[in-house]
Amino acid sequence: MNVNYMFSLLAVVVLILLAYVGVEGAGLQVLFGVIIPYIAVFIFIAGFVYRVMDWVRSPVPFRIPSTCGQQKSLPWIKENKIDNPSTAGGVIVRMIFEILFFRSLFRNTSCRLNEGAKITYVWEKWLWLAALAFHYSFLTVLIRHLRFFLEPVPVCLQLLEKVDSFFQLGLPGLFLSGVVLLAAVIFLFLRRIYIPQVRYISLASDFFPLFLIISIAITGIFMRYFTKVDIVGIKEFAMGLVTLHPTIPDGLGGLFYVHLFLVSVLFVYFPFSKLMHMGGVFLSPTRNLPNNNRAERHINPWNPSVKLHTYQEYEDDFREKMIEAGLPVEKES
Amino acid sequence: MSERLKSDEDFSKIDLNPSKTGWMDTPTVIKDGMFCFAAKPQSVKTLDLPYSREWNPKHDDWKLPENWKEIIYEGMRDRLDRFRTFKIFMDICVRCGACADKCHFFIGTGDPKNMPVLRAELIRSVYKNDFTTFGKIFGKLGGARPLTLDVLKEWWYYFFQCSECRRCSVFCPYGIDTAEITIIGRELLNLLGLNIDWIATPVSNCYMTGNHMGIQPHAFVGMLEFFVDDIEECTGVRVNPTFNKKGADILFVTPSGDVFGDPGTYTCMGYMILFHYLKEKYGLEVTWSTYASEGGNFGLFTSNEVMKRLNSKMYAEAKRLGVKWILGGECGHMWRVINQYMGTMNGPADFLEEPVNPITGTKFENAKSTKMVHIVEFTADLIKHGKLDLDPSRNDNLKVTFHDSCNPARGMGFFEEPRYVIKNVCNNYYDMPRNCIKEQTFCCGSGSGLNASEDMELRLAGGLPRANAVKYVNEKHGVNMLACICAIDRAVLPPLMGYWVPEVDVTGIHELVTNALIIPGEKEKTVNLRGEDIPDKESDPDEYYVRPAFSGR
Repeated sequence: MNVNYMFSLLAVVVLILLAYVGVEGAGLQVLFGVIIPYIAVFIFIAGFVYRVMDWVRSPVPFRIPSTCGQQKSLPWIKENKIDNPSTAGGVIVRMIFEILFFRSLFRNTSCRLNEGAKITYVWEKWLWLAALAFHYSFLTVLIRHLRFFLEPVPVCLQLLEKVDSFFQLGLPGLFLSGVVLLAAVIFLFLRRIYIPQVRYISLASDFFPLFLIISIAITGIFMRYFTKVDIVGIKEFAMGLVTLHPTIPDGLGGLFYVHLFLVSVLFVYFPFSKLMHMGGVFLSPTRNLPNNNRAERHINPWNPSVKLHTYQEYEDDFREKMIEAGLPVEKES
Repeated sequence: MSERLKSDEDFSKIDLNPSKTGWMDTPTVIKDGMFCFAAKPQSVKTLDLPYSREWNPKHDDWKLPENWKEIIYEGMRDRLDRFRTFKIFMDICVRCGACADKCHFFIGTGDPKNMPVLRAELIRSVYKNDFTTFGKIFGKLGGARPLTLDVLKEWWYYFFQCSECRRCSVFCPYGIDTAEITIIGRELLNLLGLNIDWIATPVSNCYMTGNHMGIQPHAFVGMLEFFVDDIEECTGVRVNPTFNKKGADILFVTPSGDVFGDPGTYTCMGYMILFHYLKEKYGLEVTWSTYASEGGNFGLFTSNEVMKRLNSKMYAEAKRLGVKWILGGECGHMWRVINQYMGTMNGPADFLEEPVNPITGTKFENAKSTKMVHIVEFTADLIKHGKLDLDPSRNDNLKVTFHDSCNPARGMGFFEEPRYVIKNVCNNYYDMPRNCIKEQTFCCGSGSGLNASEDMELRLAGGLPRANAVKYVNEKHGVNMLACICAIDRAVLPPLMGYWVPEVDVTGIHELVTNALIIPGEKEKTVNLRGEDIPDKESDPDEYYVRPAFSGR
């Protein structure tokens, strides 16, 4: 039994019960439907901005990109402009590849020690695939939810929904993104359990967001396909929130508030946790700088003045020996 | 043969599956063969670094100052304010594990704390505890733990089991660079006087005498004059290196390791022959300096301030001698410093000219600010323009592969220049598999100042992935020579090969270049710089080459 994931699982179960009992038992719709979501959004935005500003406050003293391709050197040697950019344009393309396609993760290999003292490295695409599937389906789900907050629903959103529900399996149409999200996040959880090294490094705080997102996905899927919540009521509720005239329509049900509460918890958890990798990936100095340090000087704002052992001191130390060895000196004695 | 069997046996003992006990609850034991001796007090004192004292990592009492926790706390706070890298790398790791099996020390030892992510967690846990709300609220569940003496010892043990090779950083989706974390970890340890002697003493030597080996000026000249005799014996040509010569065209700086030990010495002779050739044929004057007689910079493994102190000599000497620009020899971390730090730390070098190769007219655009050119860039340019008279068949006894040194690979992107040069001076060249070269190259296992003798077990384990890839091309193509552009490689790869792949020897690129170089006025060469017979044109390389017996570690 792994304490780390049991603890996180327990924490999420407690959160679910809290919201369910709070609404169904104690009638705290206003707390879970209005006050907590508002606070969560505020903490998310303020926290996110604060964290990014805090990073930006620290300077980048040295230009230290990890160079993953041929440098720009002699004109007849072909440089790799993306994996080892020498210009701002190259950096932008490199960052697009990192952020949109997870370029570095795509390189992932898995190392095996084999019989006969042979080591092999196999391309390991599953983490990359699952990570892409997870992030893009999550993004799609998030964008889809904007239809609750916008009136009229923009055409592009309607289009997205059409594409997303491409597989018509009865009514309502099945959203691919929800299914992929759940599958990917479960995969990410399982690899934390089954790959020994990953299990070893995983903390409770790594499992917690996984359980949280799994629960958010499951409650969402449940509401849409099984309990068939009152969509009109939810739209009215969501519009109330965004127009700052919150209302609590009747009959939204405990499950809806659980879903909303878990999302609120995710928002609050976000800026304090590793989920900030979303902002950090843009600022990573090993990726977002060109490798042109020998061509253009990079300035370190706190470049320290240091004690040196000058040539004069050196010559003073060794003058006689230098003269004897026939080395030129600045001063003869 | 018994050596070979032992290495296979060692291989079969490696287990990459971590134990059941969590890492925070697994105490760190400092094992013989896996660590380097403590810095000698005199070396620490010479540099005016704090808390010089006799201490022993194996003893319980490390004789730390009373307020050591406060010093570390303040040191971390200060570095969080000065390095965005440190702050971001502490904050955004998601522990996806992509880096886990990318580290040669993890692959070679199976010690889970050598997984890059865990090496970073060692300090991240303390960061979370002391500097984040998250860590203060969730404690151990959030991966936080307080700084204790055991934690400090664990830092020391594992930050000196990282060679700052940056292979993990290539695979990290956020570019988290363990080298950067190790560099900062070592800076913090240095605040308490906790360096290793293999770093501190070379640094102190370099500061006082100009080079890591502590070779004094007259001795430096004497050693190169020895090589002059050796070269004459082998080629019939007497070269005439100049030292500290004002008004020379170019200042040449290379690691002192090449002056000191085989097979680096042959590379050093290679430079001397090349410079002689260029002077005779084209009138180019290259001078050596005894003051800036070190290309390497173990300051990088101490702190950024110490790195700056040692590096400053190159510009100071170039300015004093009035040369046009600086040429740098084959070295690994030296080139990380030159390419990514030198201009920032000690520039602007406005007293030098933008480097142009006077023989070919090529402008080295990529070095126009720092004004320092890699000798392999320089030689590649000479070869491209047909300025060197080469007979590659003189290297026909060799089947060559190339080890990309970590720092030129992942701190520069120096891949094609060395391959171009080798292919022009050797007829038999084979690359190792793609996952083991270029940006994915494996460390020699002894970088970042870990090339001592007391930690040989660590070095042989860390060098396993590199050696294993060499073994692959040895078995597949009969490769018998491992070329490299790093002085530490030349010092440490011979024992590594001796242990895992005894059929393969080690060379610098400029040894290969001058083997093939037809020097004006040379006698008919019968032996190469190593005193080995030069192959007949008709002989079969497979039958020809017999590697001299390995003389032990």
